[in-house]
Amino acid sequence: MDNPTTPSPAPANIPASAGVGRRTALKAVGATLGAAAFAKALAPLTEWAPNISVSEFLQKHYKQLGREELAAILARLEAETLERYGAEVHISDVPPQDDVQFAYALNLSICIGCRKCAEACHKENNHDRPSQQSYIRVLEMQKGSLDLEKGNAHYDHPVPQKDKFYMPVQCHQCDRPPCVSVCPVEATWKEKDGIVVVDYNWCIGCRYCEAACPYHARRFNWTTPSIPKEEVTPVQAYLSNRIRPQGVMEKCTFCLHRTRNGRLPACLEACPTGARVFGNLLDPDSEIRWVLENKRVFVLKEDVGTRPRFYYFFDE
Amino acid sequence: MSPRTPDFKLALFVLASGLAALAVIAVTQQNGSAPAPAAQPTFVRPRHSVTIRQPIQQPRVETGKTDPQGHPITVSCGSCHATSAPRPDTRLASELDEFHQGLQYQHGSLTCLSCHDASNYDQLRLADGRGVPFPEAMSLCAQCHGPQYRDYSHGSHGGMTGHWDLSRGPRQRNHCVDCHDPHAPQFPVVQPAFPLPADRGLKSTSTAAPHHG
Repeated sequence: MDNPTTPSPAPANIPASAGVGRRTALKAVGATLGAAAFAKALAPLTEWAPNISVSEFLQKHYKQLGREELAAILARLEAETLERYGAEVHISDVPPQDDVQFAYALNLSICIGCRKCAEACHKENNHDRPSQQSYIRVLEMQKGSLDLEKGNAHYDHPVPQKDKFYMPVQCHQCDRPPCVSVCPVEATWKEKDGIVVVDYNWCIGCRYCEAACPYHARRFNWTTPSIPKEEVTPVQAYLSNRIRPQGVMEKCTFCLHRTRNGRLPACLEACPTGARVFGNLLDPDSEIRWVLENKRVFVLKEDVGTRPRFYYFFDE
Repeated sequence: MSPRTPDFKLALFVLASGLAALAVIAVTQQNGSAPAPAAQPTFVRPRHSVTIRQPIQQPRVETGKTDPQGHPITVSCGSCHATSAPRPDTRLASELDEFHQGLQYQHGSLTCLSCHDASNYDQLRLADGRGVPFPEAMSLCAQCHGPQYRDYSHGSHGGMTGHWDLSRGPRQRNHCVDCHDPHAPQFPVVQPAFPLPADRGLKSTSTAAPHHG
């Protein structure tokens, strides 16, 4: 389309009149839209940029980390905790011990429902302060019934009430954990000592595991945890109580940063009545073995086949 | 990762070796020879101790008077009881004319002298008449509360702190009277700590709260 006799400036917004083919024009439009869509898709990353370093973005799965890589990650996490919370902490990687299979038992006859365990968990595990997060939920139950749906987690009156019993519920560290099988990215798994853990840096926060857990034991970090620096528990482990980022799942780890070093879990130490029994299933002299062999223990929702490591019992 | 496999094998091995040891014992007993020593557990022997708190020392009785420095003056139980005759029927402080007024007593149908030793008020007394120093009161409690003492002995009654693994550290345990006042042993009713926010957890029976992680 060339007319030298009647020259007139072609409108810039009509590509055809500028000598460009329809096909080319469509390509250009497509490329522009594509670039915009790509930018849009990346926007969450650029928005997160201040909080996510390149090394964190490229971090591998916990099980694939070499010794040096892990050490670098732990150092980075310690530095981030110092920067964001002003707290000097020590984050370690505590591997499971050989010859140890952890289990927990809880005596419902002597639990008084004081919720000291939930409070201790909140502090020990560096939970978000404003949301009062804790891995333990204590249900007030009607005596003579085990209907969890009728349990009340919001009681606020002196305890124990005469016609009630109290049932703390936390992660049962199932031997067949549904939370593990539903995870689409294998960010959660069962360790060889029986504890189900989460790689908080691998978790994508889809919350499938929260939906899959029959015990409502998993928690989601809706916000970046807010903790005053003097309240941060400084002894931390990568797979347990280090401060979790926003948007990931978290759960009770039987305080593995303590228990894998031989110590008792924080909730047990806080229990004023001694309702909680913790120990090594493989040690025939352990307290937990005595309970399992001499008390009539039961597990919650046995029929769903999760095989919990958390037992309940009543005194005769 | 298949975390159960190695442990399962280990458990099987332990089970199998245990059965083997039993079989050996059975065979040797059948043969009439001395039974073979049972297989020693492979676990590390405990090195650290379990210590029980000692909340009761020798009790002292307040006289209601203070010394020139303002400190309360206390006397031993025997100071008064050496000169006053025992009253074996006394159950409540209100039955007394003086001293121990206001003592709340709710411990079954026991009398004072069920546990206190009329021949020496500075110690306690077992049911068979033997004296027991105050710091060893647990054996006195255990006379009647056998199931609790049994559970306590096996670590399933009474608070504790420290280590589950005694090869790695010690453990501290509460004494009976840390939680149970001997004169009114019912565990006290308390206001629960740490109220759960209304927007989290299972539905309350009073207020319908949405589920939130």
